[in-house]
Amino acid sequence: MAMQEVENKFQEKIDTEIKIEPKDWMPEDYRKTLIRQISQHAHSEIVGMLPEANWITRAPTLRRKAILLAKVQDEAGHGLYLYAATETLNISRDELLEQLHSGKAKYSSIFNYPTLTWADIGAIGWLVDGAAIINQVALCRTSFGPYARAMVRICKEESFHQRQGFEVLLTLSKGSTEQRAMAQDALNRWWWPSLMMFGPKDDASPNSAQNIKWKIKRCSNDELRQKFVDMCAEQVKVLNLTIPDKKLKWNETTNQYDFGEINWEEFKNVLAGNGPCNKERLAARISAHTNGAWVREAAEAYAKKQQLKEKLLVQ
Amino acid sequence: MSQQDWPLWEVFIRSKQGLDHKHAGSLHAADAAMAIENARDVYTRRMEGISIWVVESKNIHASSPEDAANFYEPANNKVYRHPTFYHLPDEVKNM
Amino acid sequence: MNPSSTNFKTKGSDKETEALYNYTLHLADNALIMGHRLSEWTGHGPALEQDIAITNIALDLIGQSRNFYQYAAIINGNGCTEDSLVYLRDVAEFKNILLVELPNGDWAKTILKLFFFSTWQYFLYKKLKSSFDQQLSAIAEKSLKEVTYHIRWSSEWVIRLGDGTEESHSRIMNALDELWPYTDELFIASDYEKQTADNGIGVYTNSIKNEWGEKVRGVFRESTLLFPETRLLQTGGKDGKHTEYLTSVLNEMQFLQRTYPGCEW
Repeated sequence: MAMQEVENKFQEKIDTEIKIEPKDWMPEDYRKTLIRQISQHAHSEIVGMLPEANWITRAPTLRRKAILLAKVQDEAGHGLYLYAATETLNISRDELLEQLHSGKAKYSSIFNYPTLTWADIGAIGWLVDGAAIINQVALCRTSFGPYARAMVRICKEESFHQRQGFEVLLTLSKGSTEQRAMAQDALNRWWWPSLMMFGPKDDASPNSAQNIKWKIKRCSNDELRQKFVDMCAEQVKVLNLTIPDKKLKWNETTNQYDFGEINWEEFKNVLAGNGPCNKERLAARISAHTNGAWVREAAEAYAKKQQLKEKLLVQ
Repeated sequence: MSQQDWPLWEVFIRSKQGLDHKHAGSLHAADAAMAIENARDVYTRRMEGISIWVVESKNIHASSPEDAANFYEPANNKVYRHPTFYHLPDEVKNM
Repeated sequence: MNPSSTNFKTKGSDKETEALYNYTLHLADNALIMGHRLSEWTGHGPALEQDIAITNIALDLIGQSRNFYQYAAIINGNGCTEDSLVYLRDVAEFKNILLVELPNGDWAKTILKLFFFSTWQYFLYKKLKSSFDQQLSAIAEKSLKEVTYHIRWSSEWVIRLGDGTEESHSRIMNALDELWPYTDELFIASDYEKQTADNGIGVYTNSIKNEWGEKVRGVFRESTLLFPETRLLQTGGKDGKHTEYLTSVLNEMQFLQRTYPGCEW
């Protein structure tokens, strides 16, 4: 088959919503883009555990403690599903981790912000997980089979994440003066970074067109961001808090919320590694991996010894 | 930094009401016991009473997508194997 | 939370109720502090899969503790809740064994600590299932399944580390050196343990010493570890005489409730 025919057949599958599976032929750029995108998603889940995990020991009730622990554990699981999906594209877990630890691979910048108070845990659940859900629901129809299936599994588990965050904020907003202030302060700090999660504006996003053609991406950045704003602008009313955007306003004509301009300088800075916690987050992951090396080696050594014993028994 | 890599295992799960094992995903483990326990912790956090199979990925042999046409064409010719081939009276439509 | 919920004494002043209350708190505190320590590994485990495994166990233990605390709150009868018991009692009122409040250390120390603890919980709960107290018996039965898995998981790791590499072997030997002195306390009964056991409610903790020892010996043999003979007793936790480690655990755990008293979370 001529290369053009092969490429046509590939695009045809995508156009007719047939999933591309790991052993199918695919353009090299398709493979590379998927590896980058899925692994970035995986890294985000893992690094994302850190800002929340550090509040587990300080959770103010047993119920909150258990919920937070379960949520963070879910995130580890999600990271795992996504690493597994990436590994079907002929790259090892070790290589992926090497990319993360060396700074070669990126992860969602939102996790480079610190969790200063308990209210931050609420804000992360409501906003960050909320944004993630919007993104992930769209990805359930992505063209690469393993990625789509991982997304379906993740989406099923994710809804409680957003709900528990919202509940935390709701409880605070109905509490003491200090608690209400805590909640508003967290919202003030997490709102804009959450909007940045959807990436640059469509006209500043170079790869988007090809990724949409290949259905690696199903909806544009701006589309998803708008959905998010519309959702939160309604939900915040229940919380009796204020979204820190003076330009946020319902637009009768377009039937959606207008909102203010994102500080793209901050976005670029954090993306480039100069966010408040970039170094710490990465250092924590590198440290866990390095300190865990002797454990992994021990398990492997033991497994090899057992295999040898079994071989000798058989003889 | 060590680059030891535990082998990759594919995980298959049969739920309590399920009829067969479905592929759930993969994970890294040093040995079969660890793989099964990891599978339990990772893929069955929300359900009980299930059966878990783990197989080292290298031991899975799959058909090649290019073979698809040759593998499955003969079946397409035997249209009487498909239930839609038969027209049944309304009374037994649920069969 | 209204003021009476920090009245940690039992409403009834009879000795039996008091002993049951203290015993239940002891069981609860053990599970909570161990679960709390394990949760510190979240996001820092040696492999992603192991992170998930150890947080599963932490969740199980916190769940167990909640069952015990909720029961203790009922016995208390003075308006205490599971949360006031956990977040407002001071160090001297906690009744956990010292073993569980020790820092995690490295993976070897954590695993060995968990192995000793789960094995103890297993034999304890097995007997507690026959308690005349229906609540304790029910909680024990429910928890037994989880604890059975905890022993399996932790003992396999003890074996992997003991019979893995030279480094892992030496690390777990160090862990054994550090932890062994704290294992005696498991089998030395406090007053409330004696009293509840006399009433057919609790368990004579020294009665499970042999079974515990056998299980540990068996796993040690497979791990090529030596069962230590020397004993340097470290006790007191069951009666509120703790190490500084518990103070720092509680400082962290209780800070929000203490800084903003009387709030809902």
